[in-house]
Amino acid sequence: MSDTVPDSRPRPVLSAKSGTDTFGYVGIDAVLEQMRRKAMKQGFEFNIMVVGQSGLGKSTLINTLFKAQVSRKSCNPNNEEKIPKTVEIKSVSHVIEEKGVKMKLSVIDTPGFGDQINNCNCWEPVLRHINHQYEAYLCEEVNINRKKCIPDSRVHCCVYFIPPTGHSLRILDIEFMKRLCKVVNIVPVIAKADTLTLEERATFKKKIKEDLVLNGIDIYPQKEFDEDADDKVVNDRIRDLLPFAVVGSDKDYQVNGRKTLGRKTNWGIVEVENVSHCEFSHLRELLIRTHTQDLKEVTSCIHYESYRVTRLTKGNPQAASVPTANGED
Amino acid sequence: MAATMLARQRNEDIRSLSLAGHVGFDSLPDQLVNKSIAQGFCFNILCIGETGIGKSTLMDTLFNTSFENDPASHYETGVRLKAQTYELQESNVRLKLTVVDTVGFGDQINKDDSYRPIVEYIDAQFEVFLQEELKIRRVLHEYHDTRLHACLYFITPTGHSLKSLDLVTMKKLDSKVNIIPVIAKADTISKSELHKFKIKIMSELVSNGVQIYQFPTDDETVAEINATMNGHLPFAVVGSTEETKVGNKMVKARQYPWGTVQVENENHCDFVKLREMLIRVNMEDLREQTHARHYELYRRCKLEEMGFQDTDPDSKPFSLQETYEAKRNEHLGELQRKEEEMRQMFVQRVKEKEAELKEAEKELHEKFEKLKRHHQEDKRKLEETRANLDDEMSIFHKRKAAAQMLQQGGQASAPPTLKKDKDKKNFL
Repeated sequence: MSDTVPDSRPRPVLSAKSGTDTFGYVGIDAVLEQMRRKAMKQGFEFNIMVVGQSGLGKSTLINTLFKAQVSRKSCNPNNEEKIPKTVEIKSVSHVIEEKGVKMKLSVIDTPGFGDQINNCNCWEPVLRHINHQYEAYLCEEVNINRKKCIPDSRVHCCVYFIPPTGHSLRILDIEFMKRLCKVVNIVPVIAKADTLTLEERATFKKKIKEDLVLNGIDIYPQKEFDEDADDKVVNDRIRDLLPFAVVGSDKDYQVNGRKTLGRKTNWGIVEVENVSHCEFSHLRELLIRTHTQDLKEVTSCIHYESYRVTRLTKGNPQAASVPTANGED
Repeated sequence: MAATMLARQRNEDIRSLSLAGHVGFDSLPDQLVNKSIAQGFCFNILCIGETGIGKSTLMDTLFNTSFENDPASHYETGVRLKAQTYELQESNVRLKLTVVDTVGFGDQINKDDSYRPIVEYIDAQFEVFLQEELKIRRVLHEYHDTRLHACLYFITPTGHSLKSLDLVTMKKLDSKVNIIPVIAKADTISKSELHKFKIKIMSELVSNGVQIYQFPTDDETVAEINATMNGHLPFAVVGSTEETKVGNKMVKARQYPWGTVQVENENHCDFVKLREMLIRVNMEDLREQTHARHYELYRRCKLEEMGFQDTDPDSKPFSLQETYEAKRNEHLGELQRKEEEMRQMFVQRVKEKEAELKEAEKELHEKFEKLKRHHQEDKRKLEETRANLDDEMSIFHKRKAAAQMLQQGGQASAPPTLKKDKDKKNFL
């Protein structure tokens, strides 16, 4: 009779002799190069959502981040900016390329958020949109004839703009973040930070952090997903600085002989990329240069999976749209 | 593919923008690679070939280590698959390598079913992955992938053509795994014979419709080398872990009285080509093909078998939901039924035990009663005896009193009374 004998006794680690001489070299690390080639060929996708009241500088910030006119406003310059009666979800996509790396960037804007007199349940459309993307991905994944590359429209990061009151988080902020922190990665930023002095900024941040802890809001990077000690160190540093106090601008000015982005006022020029003026650079580091892949992974491995669990156990798309306080089950 | 991105762009009306400065997302591939390094890689190879054809030696040579395999015996009654997992590390890349060996392939007299255990093993690995993917709570990113990424099929170097066993096995496997045929022990074939042999093998494969793995030619960087290599299939390999001195270097070689076959010399054999293709150029593609083509095919067949259907987009979510619901209810029903069954069994057992215990109790009672009765009997008898004794004692006392009175009355006639006393004493 035939039988399979999987012998998975733990074997000692045999190291293939590495080195520059071809005699001992196997070539396993060439797989990194293969992976890189494959990734460059496929291109990357990144979906970022901006949430905040109108007038907080969301579109400007996104344009500054990606150094291109990627926001919704830039796409429709002739539109009269009327504040919509309900929260709308508007998504704009662009393909940008840098040094051979292609990225399909989608910016999802939420005009009308927090702008009404009665802002009850203004997070519902946002939540619905996010779950809708998860649903679309799930349907594709569950198909019998699947596409080779499932288009990923899931929201990888949600940048939440906090108005620079200098006091503490408003109830609207807390309610929104409480509901959405389990569904998407939230990165809170203090908008228009050039209205706060450095001391005010520090107190504001401290108060915000206290508020977040008090209400059990887990913002990105979440402590529980730190993989190892190195990760923890890096992420702790980021967590100390959160929420980033940012200033956005797409105008250039001459400062000290260099051309930098900034905002010109009567009392000076606020340099956007100057670390002592505002924390825009840190935000850009986090979102684009260091943690992009991590954001995508947390979205797909954790948030999407928990949506999937809820959806498959309850069997009803509506049931999964309002996450309970405990998450699944 | 740049083409697919452009196509998508056209379809979705996405604009392409130029950037005003350095944004920094060119670090994305690096971020991806770093994450992969942290996670580690896994690669699973299946070696099919007759016993003694050099599979283990070739694996040792390919990965430049010693995998500690004992040579198999020729007396196996059937084909079985032996899988062993190793952790290799080279610079900062950790590779979990699983080598699956077919033990006993080609040793039996009747080889009709030789391919079956292999096909079952491959399917079993797909099944395990499918189950994990279908689970409700799953951990796909930490999952150890056991699906076979490459299959090295060792062809015996007869110099003529493929054996029918080879053809049958390869035909059964070509839709399940990436097959890379190699000619083993290539140092037994001369150059011209080898050339003819290769042509014959490839034409036989084509005429029998066996789809072996073709190295991908769509990426410009590797298209050229892959295309050339495709023309050299099947690779004629020689494996050796022994080193001999050639010139002033130590090389892996096989020594014969008439010369030395150097493994890494491209004029002697195609080992370097195999290593190049298998590991250094196409490892990632092999894994992708396994997942995107072979696994998807398996998944599609399995799901259709299970009764899932892809209907038109409108009703798709519902039919899936319904099927899921139905399956879930079925499963719950099954569980409930089992629970009922167990409960019934339990109740029955309890009843039986109760009956048994009652029986035992009754028995004990009876025993007790019996003992009691005996006891009563004995007591009564004792009483009787005692009564008798008492009677006798009282009679004796009366007699004694009467005797004493007589004794006192008749003092003169002592001897007769003495005699009477004596008699009485003797009597008593």
